[in-house]
Amino acid sequence: MSQAEAPLRGRAGGLPSAVSRLGDRVLSQLEILGEFGLLALGTFRSLRQRGVPWQEVLVQFEAIAVRSTPIVAITALFTGMVLALQTAFALSRFGAKPYVGSIVGLAIVRELGPVLAALMVGGRVGAGITSELGSMKVTEQVDAIRAMGADPVHKLVLPRVIATTIGLPLLSIFAIFLGVLGGLIVADLQYRIEPDFFMQTVTTTVTVGDFFAGVVKTFVFGWIIAMVGCFTGLRAGGGTAGVGQATTRSVVTASIAVLVSDFFLTKGLMLVPTERVLGWLVGALT
Amino acid sequence: MSAVPAIAFQGVRKVFRGKPVLQGVDLAIEVGETFTILGGSGSGKSVCLKHMIGLLEADAGEIRVDGRDVTHLGERGWVEERKRFGMVFQSAALFDSLSVYENVAYPIREHRLDEEARIRERVRQCLDAVGLAGVESLQPSELSGGMRKRVGVARAIALEPAIILYDEPTTGLDPANSRRIGRLIQKLQADLGVTSVVVTHDMELCHAVSDRLALLRDGRIVVEGSAASFRETEHPEMRDFLEGTSDPLPPAIASTQGPAGV
Repeated sequence: MSQAEAPLRGRAGGLPSAVSRLGDRVLSQLEILGEFGLLALGTFRSLRQRGVPWQEVLVQFEAIAVRSTPIVAITALFTGMVLALQTAFALSRFGAKPYVGSIVGLAIVRELGPVLAALMVGGRVGAGITSELGSMKVTEQVDAIRAMGADPVHKLVLPRVIATTIGLPLLSIFAIFLGVLGGLIVADLQYRIEPDFFMQTVTTTVTVGDFFAGVVKTFVFGWIIAMVGCFTGLRAGGGTAGVGQATTRSVVTASIAVLVSDFFLTKGLMLVPTERVLGWLVGALT
Repeated sequence: MSAVPAIAFQGVRKVFRGKPVLQGVDLAIEVGETFTILGGSGSGKSVCLKHMIGLLEADAGEIRVDGRDVTHLGERGWVEERKRFGMVFQSAALFDSLSVYENVAYPIREHRLDEEARIRERVRQCLDAVGLAGVESLQPSELSGGMRKRVGVARAIALEPAIILYDEPTTGLDPANSRRIGRLIQKLQADLGVTSVVVTHDMELCHAVSDRLALLRDGRIVVEGSAASFRETEHPEMRDFLEGTSDPLPPAIASTQGPAGV
């Protein structure tokens, strides 16, 4: 048997088979991670060499961002409402009910608006991207693009990554405003807190730095959702069943990646003097 | 025959997840001929075809196109090389989101900065060549299986390629459509003088279009020769491919066919 013919796995000699299997699994995961890194690099390279495919980016922006507006709106509005309900309920025990706006505002702006928008978009868009690209892969359409001398990364991946990376921050800003609005409605109708007072507590507590710290994370979330969606779709195999499995895998992976990266991004951003950075940015732009 | 083959394989090997698929394939396809690669399901014939256009990269061995070594050309190198090829996919691989017109225009837009009027004229010529004039505005989902395959052929010839690769062109088609595809392959070869490589297990198509053919079995070319010589051959591998003599039904299943086994 030649070297090329030799089985690549399961040759751990005297090692117990469980250890060997674990090793195989780790190697296989590292291989997948490496392939993901190569696709990410390929996407940047394709952007640098061939520029932005504007027409396709606009098509994808419409499909990814604009059509996600209703789902993000409903999620943000009701999250703001329930958050106000719970917060006011808890604060009333300490006689601090009027400050519900401060807590709702901070939670929505710094965390819930961006993360919930990302999770909703991750579910809707991540699944859409993976199933579309996966179907194209198993019906040989991706091979057809390559066979005609075109680059699937530039044609398929780059427009989706750009559209999601730009679209998600806009959706999260939208989610923040609707979340605060939801809180304001419940505070007014349920707890008789004047809307003016509610907004005053929000604006005195939440700074531009908080807003920046919340929204800036969504650029990373958008990139993760689109990259995971494209990567998983382009790796799909095994017919329509394979596309279904890939779609599930994509949504689960993207959601976990958003939640895990959120912790580290939040921690990292706390070390950054956001107000000063913003001031510097505004100064540089003007 | 030309001294330099259009496509030449030397000892090409490919392994997928530890499973060898090509185990040292040697081939020489001459310029202007129609060469058919026969083989059963899973014999590696589509994998072989995909190596010719760089969709897969060989693990070992050498692949030459018009004498140039393209074995490890890389994706960027293949972009230029692929202009010389047209490929017809087993599933036609038309882009679902684009109309027939946009599908056929796709490779032209990708490689040439032609005016829209010239693209329109070329698309019309290609659809005429496959007998499908007037379907430009239809979506792929509105076409029958045979029509999809023919649009796939129209797209493959849009850039006037020197080599056309056909992956199972008659799979899933009824006999009339299969014969129509066979006649189309012959017509394109006669009209355009292209080199054609056909991968199939359809013997009727094989006899209709081939100048030469080869039988791929377990990742190796086991028989190769002119189409005429294959009709008469008693080569055991070929007879086995045609008649399945080496893999008869197990006796247990055979016995259930009779009343005694029920």
